[in-house]
Parts: sequence; structure tokens; C-alpha cells
Amino acid sequence: MTDRPLKQIHLAAHFPGVNNTTVWSDPASGSHIEFASFRHLAQTAERGKFDFFFLAEGLRLRESKGRIHDLDVVGRPESITVLNALAAVTERLGLAATVNATFNEPYELARRFASLDHLSGGRAAWNVVTSSDAFTGENFRRGGYLDRADRYTRAAEFVQLAREFWDAGEDGVRHRGPQFDVEGRLSLPRPPQGHPVVIQAGDSDEGREFAAATADVVFSRHSTLADGQAFHADVKRRLAAYGRKPDELKIMPGVTFVLADTDAEAAERATAIRRAQVGPQTTIAFLEQVWGVDLSDHDPDGPLPAVDPDPDSALVQGRVRHGDPLAVARRWRAVAAEKNLTSHELVIELTGRQSFIGSPATVAAQIDHFVQNDAADGFILVPHLTPGGLDEFVDGVVPLLQERGVFRTDYTGRTLRDHLGLPLPGRR
Amino acid sequence: MPRQLHLSAALDSPESPDSPGRFDAGHYAALARLAERATLDFVTLDDSFAAEPSRPDALAALARTAPLTGRVGLVPTVTTTHTEPFHTSISVNTLDWVSEGRAGWLVGVSTTEAEARAFGRRPVAPEDELWAEAADAVEVAARLWDSWEDDAEIRDTATGRFIDRDKLHYVDFEGPHFSVRGPSITPRPPQGRPVVVVPVTAADLAPDASPGGRARVATAIRHADVVLLDAPDRATRLSAATDLRLRAGESLRILARLDATLSALPDRAADERLLAELTATGTGVDGFHLATADPLRDLAALADRIAPALRAAGLLRDEYTGRTLRDHLGLARPTSRYAAAPLSSPAAPTAPALAEVTR
Ligand SMILES: Cc1cc2nc3c(=O)[nH]c(=O)nc-3n(C[C@H](O)[C@H](O)[C@H](O)COP(=O)(O)O)c2cc1C
Repeated sequence: MTDRPLKQIHLAAHFPGVNNTTVWSDPASGSHIEFASFRHLAQTAERGKFDFFFLAEGLRLRESKGRIHDLDVVGRPESITVLNALAAVTERLGLAATVNATFNEPYELARRFASLDHLSGGRAAWNVVTSSDAFTGENFRRGGYLDRADRYTRAAEFVQLAREFWDAGEDGVRHRGPQFDVEGRLSLPRPPQGHPVVIQAGDSDEGREFAAATADVVFSRHSTLADGQAFHADVKRRLAAYGRKPDELKIMPGVTFVLADTDAEAAERATAIRRAQVGPQTTIAFLEQVWGVDLSDHDPDGPLPAVDPDPDSALVQGRVRHGDPLAVARRWRAVAAEKNLTSHELVIELTGRQSFIGSPATVAAQIDHFVQNDAADGFILVPHLTPGGLDEFVDGVVPLLQERGVFRTDYTGRTLRDHLGLPLPGRR
Repeated sequence: MPRQLHLSAALDSPESPDSPGRFDAGHYAALARLAERATLDFVTLDDSFAAEPSRPDALAALARTAPLTGRVGLVPTVTTTHTEPFHTSISVNTLDWVSEGRAGWLVGVSTTEAEARAFGRRPVAPEDELWAEAADAVEVAARLWDSWEDDAEIRDTATGRFIDRDKLHYVDFEGPHFSVRGPSITPRPPQGRPVVVVPVTAADLAPDASPGGRARVATAIRHADVVLLDAPDRATRLSAATDLRLRAGESLRILARLDATLSALPDRAADERLLAELTATGTGVDGFHLATADPLRDLAALADRIAPALRAAGLLRDEYTGRTLRDHLGLARPTSRYAAAPLSSPAAPTAPALAEVTR
């Protein structure tokens, strides 16, 4: 490390999601849909002086084998409506909604985010995602109209057009492009932040380029030190081509955590949580996600399936697929052979591992280490329990980060841009 | 004891360039709290995709108001012409969750060239077509609200299942403008189905009504829980209300639009004029939807002077007795249309059967 000043850490709270990270069987697990749960988590994040609160989105319920996936939490509210309500019970916390650029139109969405920004006093953020599959399209007017190759072409023009609407004065916007041919003016003045904060969460080369060109924050899945450093370097390197400085884009991997009084207790607790996250049924579902074939007769307590995955399978729908299934299966087989693991043990080993495990002092030190060594600019914390899963972090870890001088002891600004150290965008 | 009135009020500020606080969330909360002091059933907030008047998204403004109020119903206009029925369904559903059962939906359409150009997706269409599409959008929304049975979440640790997927249903709507597969991504809201409100004018019911007017009436009859009825005088109002009730059935709530412009200081003549309208008998309607020239001033007058007079006459509740907007309106919480269906992908109910359930 050089003797540059300490980097300040940015923190966000992810409302527990609809994958197996979220433990719903725990007696402390509350409602995933009642407003009280959202209020509790958001107010906890604000008590911890977090930058923002984050909601994910999925526009069609997941299916496997032609039936709705039922092993994890199912069902979520509409994000922007929840965030408008949360704006009434928080004062400084940023409010981020994931909203798809494929199944929305720029005028309406620019208006909805401008409204959230006004009604929250400058705290809105939009996580731009692009899933364009025909399966999701079945819930929308245009169906699966967009070629996967065009997902970011549309997203880029969409965001640019939204910015034109936010900037436009009395004259309004006249936009003619390959994706959109529109003309109009919003019924609201320019939002308090100029433009709500733009977040990006895709991982492909096109996704990273889109982030470098457009986003203020990247939500990544690269949460280990080495992966994080490689991703950080790659995305920040892309900024110069757009005339942007490294500071202008914050990289925030999504991470999980397990805390206890001692490191040993935390490790034990982490194992117990992983067992709760990955039961026998979830093991089979995970294998089916990679293998793409029906494995309901597979014994979770035996070895991995003998057959190879079907790389073109449509067995599992509504999930983002990561990587080449054949390569994933090869890697899994190697690990299982090396450590002599059953299917169930292997899935627990590989998929359930939390990012930060230890006493508050250990976790604070790890988080600080990752940020000072450019594996991240901060983190989006994904608790495993709704709504109390963030309490221990805010009570135990945040004060230690503050003592280290790497995290704010109070908000100094009012808007999310203020918290993130991002300037008010100029009007074009 | 006379039958109590169902009263509601519009929070819209009439156009004035420097009208205060339109983008200040506190403005809407202050107005809704006044309406709550007057123990109104609900408040409405209008919306469109026109650049004027300047205002935020209505559903957003009322969601922002929900945690700051406790009882009053919250009914934003949401249009169906350029929006996605799926998004509309989950947004209104979510307003019901964040308000703990106080959401309604004032259905609107976009008729202007300017709104069509702002989206750039389709040209303007005749109003009858737009209202037919609006009826389809309400149909889809209602099916999606019903697509999760109330007890779908089971958290069965023995089998590892969070939901009973047999209690989630595809809605498989197909119409001329869109098809929607479902199920909803949002569980069934507290009210089962938020309250659907449709605006109708007496002219829409007249023998020489325009095609657009007829289509609006058809939408109201098929889907509305509440009609906001605009009529020029008492006689027209009575015949329009009677006509609507005959065609839609007894469970429809009809609220006549009424100008409730008052003054800050007690003005006996104005107060008595309004009270005379509100207490008149034989109107054919269940209550009124009050529009004001200055909502802050007039809702305060309503809460301070008009409401107490109505209470003294036994025409207005002393305090809220129910929690949800359906409670205030005396409307039962509907069971899901799919609740008895044995399969997870049943054939869509037939139109007449559906009209029975959605009344
Ligand atoms: C950390 C992370 C979180 C994501 N969250 C969502 C989400 O909530 N909803 C969604 O539709 N897509 C989500 N995605 C998917 C992407 O947003 C992305 O648009 C899609 O995968 C296609 O982009 P890509 O090919 O660049 O990955 C997420 C991706 C990442 C990496």
C-alpha cells in the first residue's frame, strides 16, 4: 500500500432476496412483504449511516421443470412504491430500486424516478438491469421482443434519454434514435440530484463497458479479495475512454456476513447457517440449475450426477445463468473428488459460503482491508434474515469502522450523491 | 338513524404557477391528514402523462403519504394506455401493502397526441378503444391480485417449501392489446383486491352518449367498486345513479362529484349551501367526491366545520371503525377467484362468471 489517505468505505443494505441466501425457516425470520419489515431494515441502515438501501427485482416468478420454484422466498413488492413509502420514515438514506430497461419505457420511468427523487429530497437511485428473455416477456405487452445482443444497446439509449428528460427545461426533449423516437417534457422540475444515481449490475464485457460509460455505482458479484481486485482494476481502467476519473464510479460487491463474539463462534454459526440455506431439496435444485436436466431421483447424499450438463437446457427459467455449465460441472467434480464430498456437502461448500465471517473486530478489519487494497469501494450487504439481519452489523461493525476513520460517524450531506461523493451532474 | 354518507375528496391543487409544495412530500401528507380528521373514506390524486399541470407521479405521492396517515383510503389515478398492466397491478398492490389495506385505483386513459409522442409506441386511439383496453387492464390486474391465494405462503420446513405452488395461478389473459401469463410477483394484497374506481359522467349514460362514454360506462359496470359520477344537476344525477345501480348491482358505491369550495373563516352561506347538498335526501347516490379550489384551506374547513355538522346529523362516522378502505366503503373482502380451482393452471373463467366475481 502507498501512503495515500485512507479510502472512505461506502455501505448499502440489500433487502434479503429470493434466493437461498435468505433463511426463511429461522424462527427470527419475519414477513418478506409487510411494510414493517422494509421499515425495520431501512431504519437500521440509516441508524448505521449507510449510503443506501437496495431492492432487487424479478419480473416473473422463477420456474424449474415447468413449475414455480418453491424452495426459497417467493414474492416481492414493486420497488419504487416501497421506496416512496420508506422516504416518509427515513431522512438521509439513499433509496435504490432495480428496474428493468427492457420492459419499461423511458418517459414513464424517468418520471417515476424524478418523482422519487423529489419526494425523498434527492435520495433516489436506479439499478439498471436488462434481462430480456421471452419467459419474462410473457408478462408484458411486447413479449420477448428484444434480442439478447441488443440488451445494452437499448439500456444505453434508455438511460441517455432519461437523462435528457431530467435535464430538459421548458422546451422539452426531441429524441430520435435507433431504439426510441419520442418527444415530450416531464411534469416535474429537474430532480434535486440532477440525475438520480445510476447503478449497474451486469457482469459481461458489454455490461462492464456500459457501467464505465454510464453508471455511478457498480453492484458486482466479485466479493473475494483477488476477484474483487481484478474486477475493480478492469472496470476502472475502462473509465478513461469516457473522460471519467476512477473516483466517479464506485464499485460495491454484494457480500454476506456472519458475526459472533469470537471468530470461532462465528465460524460455527456460519456452518449452521449454510446448512439452513442448503437443504437436500435445494441441493437438487442447484444441481439442476447447472445440469439443466431433471435430477429429482438423484440422491443428495451420494456423488455428483454421472452425466454431463445440457448446456442449452431451458429447464430452469427466470434466473441469470453464470458461466458455461460444462466448465462449472468440471470444476465441481474436481472439488468433490479432492475433498471427498457428497452432492449435498459440495453444494454447501461451494455455494453457501459467506463473504465475511468473524467477530466484529475481524469483520471490520477485513472490510477495511478489502477497500484499502482496491478490491472494492464499499459493499452491498445481503443479510440472511428479514428484517433483523442487519442489526448486529450496525451495532457491532459500524462503530469499529468509524473508529478506524474509514466510515462516516454522521451524514454530512443530504442527498445520495453527497453520501457517495458524486458531483451534481451538469446540464447538457 | 339515517344512512351514513360515503365521502371522499380530491387533493389536486388547481393550476396556479406558484402553488406551494407540489413537489414537497409534506404537502400531500398534510392534506391527507386533514381528510383523515374529517373521517373521509378516501382521497384521490389525479395524474396523466401530460407535461401540465406540474406534479409528481400520483401513486408515488400517495405511497409517500401512506406511513404518515393511518386510516384514510389512498386512491391515485393510474392510466392504462401507455403503461404495462403487469406493472400497474403490482404497483397498486404494493400501495395496498405499504398502506396496510387502504389502496384504491382511479382508472384513467391517455387521449392526447402529446402523451402518445412521449412514449413513441403507438398513435392516439379513439376513446372507446382506450376504455375497452382499460377494462382489459383492470381485468388483468384483478386476476393478478387473485393469482396468489391468501394462504399460499406455508413455510413448510419438513419439505423445504416456502410456498404451496398449487395456490399460485397463471392468469393467461389474452386480449387485442396485450397478453399476460402471470402469476403476479407480489402476494395478494391486504384487501384481496384494492378498490377500483371509475369516473363516469351523466352524459356517458345518456341515449346519445359518445362511443367513448359508452365504453367508460361498460368498464365501470364490469369492474368498478366505486363510480365517481359527474352530473350537472340533481335530477340528472338521480336518473344516472339509478341507471348505474340497475345495471351494476347494489354493491356499487356511487359518489357524486361536488364542488366543496369553502372559505378560511366561517362563511355561513357557503357552509350551509354545501351542507344542504350533502344532507339532501333522495339523491340516488351513496355519497360525494369533493373537489376544492384550494385543498389546504377547504379540507381544513371541511374537518373543522362541515364534518362536525354532519356527525351531529348522524350522517358521518364519529371515528373510523374499520381499518381498510373496503371497511370504510362497506365492501366485503373478496376471495380469490382461483381459490377453489384444483389445478395450478386452470382455464380462465368465462366473461359472465367473471363479471359476477368482480362486482
Ligand atoms: C450482483 C448482481 C445483481 C443483479 N440483480 C438483478 C436483479 O435484481 N434483477 C434482474 O433482473 N437482474 C439482476 N442482475 C442481472 C443483470 O442485471 C444483467 O442485466 C443481466 O444479467 C444481463 O447482463 P450481463 O450479461 O452483463 O450480465 C444482477 C446481476 C448482478 C451481477
